[in-house]
Amino acid sequence: MSFPVFSIAEQRSSVPVRIDEEKCIADKGCTVCVDVCPLDVLAIDLSKGKAYMAFDECWYCMPCEKDCPTGAVQVDIPYLLR
Amino acid sequence: MNTIEREVDVLVIGGGTAGPMAAVKAKQANPDLKVLLLEKANVKRSGAISMGMDGLNNAVVPGFATPEQYVREITAANDGIVNQKTVLAYAQNSYAMIEELDRWGVKFEKDETGDYAMRKVHHLGTYVLPMPEGHDIKKVLYRQLKKNRIDITNRLVATRLIVGEDGRIAGTFAFDCRTGDFHIVRAKAVVLACGAAGRLGLPASGYLFGTYENPTNAGDGYSMAYHAGAELSGIECFQINPLIKDYNGPACAYVTGPFGGFTTNSRGERFIECDYWSGQMMQEFYNELQGGNGPVFLKLDHLAEETISTIETILHTNERPSRGRFHAGRGTDYRERMVEMHISEIGLCSGHSASGVWVDEHAATTVPGLYSAGDMACVPHNYMLGAFVYGRFAGESAARHAGSHAHAQVAASQIEAERQRVWAPLLREAGLPPNQVEYKLRRMVNDYLQPPKVTRKMQIGLERFEAIREDLDRLHARNPHELMRAMEVHAIRDCAEMAARASLYRTESRWGLYHARVDYPERNDAEWRVHVQLHKNAAGDMACFKRAIEPYVVDMNQNDHRAYAALRINKELTPA
Ligand SMILES: Cc1cc2nc3c(=O)[nH]c(=O)nc-3n(C[C@H](O)[C@H](O)[C@H](O)COP(=O)(O)OP(=O)(O)OC[C@H]3O[C@@H](n4cnc5c(N)ncnc54)[C@H](O)[C@@H]3O)c2cc1C
Ligand code: SF4
Ligand code: SF4
Repeated sequence: MSFPVFSIAEQRSSVPVRIDEEKCIADKGCTVCVDVCPLDVLAIDLSKGKAYMAFDECWYCMPCEKDCPTGAVQVDIPYLLR
Repeated sequence: MNTIEREVDVLVIGGGTAGPMAAVKAKQANPDLKVLLLEKANVKRSGAISMGMDGLNNAVVPGFATPEQYVREITAANDGIVNQKTVLAYAQNSYAMIEELDRWGVKFEKDETGDYAMRKVHHLGTYVLPMPEGHDIKKVLYRQLKKNRIDITNRLVATRLIVGEDGRIAGTFAFDCRTGDFHIVRAKAVVLACGAAGRLGLPASGYLFGTYENPTNAGDGYSMAYHAGAELSGIECFQINPLIKDYNGPACAYVTGPFGGFTTNSRGERFIECDYWSGQMMQEFYNELQGGNGPVFLKLDHLAEETISTIETILHTNERPSRGRFHAGRGTDYRERMVEMHISEIGLCSGHSASGVWVDEHAATTVPGLYSAGDMACVPHNYMLGAFVYGRFAGESAARHAGSHAHAQVAASQIEAERQRVWAPLLREAGLPPNQVEYKLRRMVNDYLQPPKVTRKMQIGLERFEAIREDLDRLHARNPHELMRAMEVHAIRDCAEMAARASLYRTESRWGLYHARVDYPERNDAEWRVHVQLHKNAAGDMACFKRAIEPYVVDMNQNDHRAYAALRINKELTPA
């Protein structure tokens, strides 16, 4: 019997950026928060037409929140530093 | 995944602070040139000043200071190890840059008569110009980029510079962090403005991206310059900053100092004379943190209500606006409690300290056709205004070079080797996740390189970094985003090795905490009043050597030299 050389486990993470899906208008073509993020950690969930945080790699710098046209983004301090 | 080729005259890599200025100035110097600004993130919100800035830390404004005074101050603050010509060139051009930024629409604080409202934070002179409404600075730069018709590409990550067969610079390799496409950008002149090496040490929280510097600046620029054969300097003069404990914003004494805030120990007593960030100041800070009077605090609770709310408005809306949320989460109110402080992880940054690519007073590196500006170019304590001034120099120099040179010839093998290196993590079927390798690497940086520096520890660190070099060939990326993190690990590893080798080479202590070597505790001017340079030698190895300090262009007297040596408040001498 042989084992794969690399076995990978997925680790859960509570992410610092929350999107209010009621307010998010990504389904109308908005991508502002995704565009401005310096770390490129936000994305649009195409099945829902809503923005979300795809990677927990945040500088809590806030352009996403500041530039969102509908006020749908809320940046919290990452849990590890809270 | 495709390979995309493109040819321009001047290529600027990094669209944060220095980069946009370089691109605009190159185009203005010669409007016939094709100028491309290549950015890893999006120039609208990239870099250290992504949300704005609280002030100019080093403005040389007539009536408050002369360029010569500024050069004396920085020479003293950097313990004599400066090429004064570069600092003087900055100082002489600093005021014209403030006026230009002002015309462009950047808001600086002015008094009732319309003069700049300068504040004293440094030990000797007055150099701080607040920007309480500094949040529009990226917008102002973007407007200039559009107005001057600069071509911009966002989300391209530069990985290595292309070096021509004659040793001249020939462009850059990059990849798209959304599609994985490989880009070959040929250029006659290149400006590197990729910011600090901010992801070197690991913040005490363990959060990889909780760094003082914008973590997009992973040290890519230092690594690219090194592999292109450029000389780097002062790498052993680390950046370490006093920050709010667990929060990566400055506390910030520069903002609160002029309002009456100050740094204290746990007894509420001042222990340093001057809050200007220098290695000597950081050493005192560290001593207090580790001593019985620690930890260190920022004291504001003695100030009047209006003063505190003014401070809050600045600190919670401008440069690091999430600061207010951090305090709210911990129940900290400036009115009621002193704010606990700590020291940051280590980084490389000439904006704050002195580590960077060696440049002359025209922003030229030692590689023909390659210029550099901003945090990654060695002009000590250059900060934001220095990034703008040297951005201007770099843009103008690059335009001149591109105007008189053709594209250099490039060997096909160089292109193929880089494409394979970049795509490898995506093509591998399995392997190590980049975040895990990065965590381990940066944890080792903390364990073995964080000052006080110990020879044997740094040697062990080098062994660990060598071992991690082998892990680079096992990195696995599931998508182009992870590929970006994987290639950043390559750069961080290079920076870690540079930091260890340069630190081991300088066998003395200098710059307070930045280069405190426990087994060489004394400063030794007889042997080490020199620059320590680092480069890739003919054999392809990382090597250090000494470079003599150019004769000073500004006279220094004994008092100037001593100014930063005695920052601790001496109780016996202070009358009660
Ligand atoms: C939190 C904080 C507070 C500060 N406060 C002050 C202050 O109050 N006053 C002051 O004068 N100075 C301050 N500074 C310093 C000042 O902001 C910097 O010195 C200056 O902005 C540096 O400019 P730069 O162009 O070198 O770097 P940046 O503006 O950071 O730009 C670097 C750019 O390079 C891009 N990049 C990185 N790697 C790559 C790659 N591989 N390919 C393509 N692009 C890449 C990045 O995305 C970024 O846009 C502060 C810095 C920080 C971090
Ligand atoms: S900017 Fe706001 S509205 Fe637009 S996609 Fe992001 S969250 Fe949605
Ligand atoms: S806070 Fe900054 S890093 Fe975090 S998601 Fe928003 S823009 Fe990106």
